[in-house]
Amino acid sequence: MSELDIVGPQLAILLAAAAVLVWDALLPNRRICLPYIALIGVFGAVIWTSTWVIRGDFQTAFDGTFAIDQYAVFFQYVFAGIAAIVVVASIDWVNRVDRRQSEYFALVLTASAGLMFLAGARDLITIFLALELSSIPQYILAGWGKDQRSSEAGMKYLLLGAIASALLLYGMTMLYGFSGSTLLSDISVAITENGADSRSLLIVASVLLIAGFGFKMAVVPFQMWVPDVYQGAPTPVAAFLSVGSKAAAFAVVMRIFFEGLGEQILSDDWAMIFAVIAAASMTLGNLFAIVQRDIKRMLGYSSIAQAGNFMIGLAAISIAGEHFVQGASGVLLFVAAYAFTNLGAFIAVIGISQKIGSDNIADYAGMWRRAPLLALALAICLISLAGIPPTAGFWAKLYVFNAGIRADLAWLVIIGVLNSVVSAYYYLAVVRQMFLGEAEEEERLAISPTIAVALGISTVGVIVFGIFPTPLVDAAREAAAIFATS
Amino acid sequence: MLLTVLVFLPAFAGIMILLLPATRASYSRWVALLGSLIALALSIGMFFAFEKGGGFQFIDKASWIDVGAFHVQYFLGVDGLSLPLVVLTTFLTTAAVLVSFRIEHRPRAYFASLMVLSTSVLGVFTAMDFLLFFLFWELELFPMYLLISVWGSGRREYSAMKFVLYTVAGSAFMLVAILALAFSEGTFDMQLLGEANISSAVLPLRWVFLFLFIGFAVKLPIVPLHTWLPDAHSDAPTAVSVMLAGVLLKMGGYAIIRTCITILPDQANDYGIWLAAIGAISVLYGAFVTFRQTDVKRLIAYSSVSHMGLVLLGIGALGTTAMVGAAYQMLAHGLITGLLFVVIGLMYERTHTREIGKLGGLARQMPLIATGLVFAGFASVGLPALAGFVAEITVFIGAFQKHEWAVLMAIFGVVLSAGYILWTLQRVVFGPVRSEWDDADDQKHWWEHASVVGLAALVILLGVYPSLIMDMIDPAIGVISARVAG
Repeated sequence: MSELDIVGPQLAILLAAAAVLVWDALLPNRRICLPYIALIGVFGAVIWTSTWVIRGDFQTAFDGTFAIDQYAVFFQYVFAGIAAIVVVASIDWVNRVDRRQSEYFALVLTASAGLMFLAGARDLITIFLALELSSIPQYILAGWGKDQRSSEAGMKYLLLGAIASALLLYGMTMLYGFSGSTLLSDISVAITENGADSRSLLIVASVLLIAGFGFKMAVVPFQMWVPDVYQGAPTPVAAFLSVGSKAAAFAVVMRIFFEGLGEQILSDDWAMIFAVIAAASMTLGNLFAIVQRDIKRMLGYSSIAQAGNFMIGLAAISIAGEHFVQGASGVLLFVAAYAFTNLGAFIAVIGISQKIGSDNIADYAGMWRRAPLLALALAICLISLAGIPPTAGFWAKLYVFNAGIRADLAWLVIIGVLNSVVSAYYYLAVVRQMFLGEAEEEERLAISPTIAVALGISTVGVIVFGIFPTPLVDAAREAAAIFATS
Repeated sequence: MLLTVLVFLPAFAGIMILLLPATRASYSRWVALLGSLIALALSIGMFFAFEKGGGFQFIDKASWIDVGAFHVQYFLGVDGLSLPLVVLTTFLTTAAVLVSFRIEHRPRAYFASLMVLSTSVLGVFTAMDFLLFFLFWELELFPMYLLISVWGSGRREYSAMKFVLYTVAGSAFMLVAILALAFSEGTFDMQLLGEANISSAVLPLRWVFLFLFIGFAVKLPIVPLHTWLPDAHSDAPTAVSVMLAGVLLKMGGYAIIRTCITILPDQANDYGIWLAAIGAISVLYGAFVTFRQTDVKRLIAYSSVSHMGLVLLGIGALGTTAMVGAAYQMLAHGLITGLLFVVIGLMYERTHTREIGKLGGLARQMPLIATGLVFAGFASVGLPALAGFVAEITVFIGAFQKHEWAVLMAIFGVVLSAGYILWTLQRVVFGPVRSEWDDADDQKHWWEHASVVGLAALVILLGVYPSLIMDMIDPAIGVISARVAG
């Protein structure tokens, strides 16, 4: 029983997914309730997670393959928040499409449950299963739209995702072959004992793992699918993809690389790989984002650049002790801040594109007069993405850069801050278009209440954590601290 | 508490203005005037309550973010160097409100932006926590961008974006330097940093010095980082030019003295000669380029480059006298150039041209404006008994022993400035009367008189009674130059 208790939050969400399907079969005329059932499931997961926080008695389950600890709890909250916001933001769109509503919500919930399993997984097989549990629904969701572009997005995402999974498995088998165990803690022990003899094998395994997860994180050079999938997939799904799988991939990578491969003989090497990937992602992502005219493609490239920013934190992790906590908590802080900021931006895009029927940045001209609240919220989210105070994005960036400086990665931080300048240019160009551009039509746009709620939650979070970042920073530090003591 | 009230008072007035109903939009100028007058009165009160030579005073200090090794404070304080600049800011804010009394286009947003601009500049001059300082430094970009791009003229969006990108690029370097310093010393407290003996950091200290200098030199501006300034000036509305030339450029000079010189005195000793050389080149280059200008505002903008070069020359000499001269030059230039822009703004409102070739003989048609222009021009040339003369002579005396050749170059620049100012006055104010301006009225509204007379009176006061301010600046600079000397 206690083992089910440990995975209770995930079970609550999976139960809600089942309930959504059953409800649809039994009461097809009451489809309007579906999203609320989904929300109840997410809410249950949050409550259950909170009971673990209150109990404070963190432990592992299933022979140590799954853990509930501060780190898992932090990400469970983040994923529950993402799931809730995505569900609320989808209501309008799903009603309009009016096709297989129950399946849509069930898939979103299943994917979220997979993400939450990832947060606590401490074993290679569990990690792989959880990753597939979250990925397969996302492949389907990406192809959810009826048009050709959406089908293309789904197919592209599926094929490239399959290749990434294969690479990942290959890397995992190498680690298993080396250590004879899939448990991260056993692998770590094996590396400490005789890792020096098989260093090249371990490095190859690390590279394969980075390639597999790099696809999920959407970092250069594994980013090719991003703009097409974001543009083709339905916008609520794109919002989900842009934050959910990215955050989960970072959560898992930190666990694997620190718990499993954290030994000094390896960490210097993978830290350098991360640093190079970070620099490439930031630079290429931003340069391509500048020339985009479609806002979803722009957000796609910007998410590549943002992943590069997170990765500065990963690269800074390899140095032990207090500095490690800096880098790790910087990544966590950034993931959380980015998740809500980027969701907010996508939701505002959903709200606007539903009304004007276009994702073209040029059509956003004068949005300030047509839909002041949407424009203001989108502006706040974009400013946060650019890392300009007083927003959550600023502290996240500052914290990660700080970690980079501490880890002696000044060159990477300089590339990072210069990239911030470049990114400010294209983020603010949208803001300028909305506030200073001349609208072709003056008609006011009405926002649906569900969009307003989802957008309000994300935007208020961005501002509140921008002015009082301490609680979020504290939570991130506590979550990261489990590695320092393990 | 007093300093906090002073800094946020303009922003508070700005929020009040935004809350005015649309039908009462014309009241916004009165709210802005009231807010800036109260701030002015407060700052003058503080000026006389300040104990000369008593170090930092009116300190407001509270812990803001305190997580792990990351301590950020809310820390405001003024010393003899910053307090005169604070008074200058509140004074020029009042003048800027007065000269924009006739604004018709979106007055609420205009005055609110102006007020936020004032708060951010006051924040830069009073913040004693390096991160807080950086936040205020960045905050200034938003109102400036809006003020130039919405209420400007000509290529206003281009100029506004250029201004923002130059500043952000500079502050990117600044942020790296701030983080490196804060990491090695474990604090963002500028007072502590200014007393510490920093011998090493994660970056070589000469890089830290250089990065900070780049961030501030963009603002000053120095040749060759000055090209944003003429564009920004020529496209900005009058009040914004007043603020830009009057106080925004001073942020650069102030910050170099406060941080580069105070925190890193050894590096200052090593690179002082370079600062002096860049300063002298800026003086000469600015003066030469001024000769070719046909737009009055661009002309004044280049003369600002020249005059701010004197500030850098004074700083580069590192002695007490020279740096006091530099600080005094900042005040004098703020008032004189502020006055020049006010008068040119009045002239432009009536003639609608700033082309020197199209103007002429204005002494007949607008005698008061012409008088103001001639007075401001003479002050700019450095006529004895006016503020500019005191500043220039102090810089020259202070710097001569250390950097003879640089002073000789700069003196030649001052001679050139006499040439271009007098030549401009001759073409604009005197010469044949042009019939187009026969119907143009002279300066007649009370707010026009108030801003011109107020500024002119201060220019005279600072010229005939320099010890009023010198006695305040001198001890503060004395502490800094003592650090550099030994």
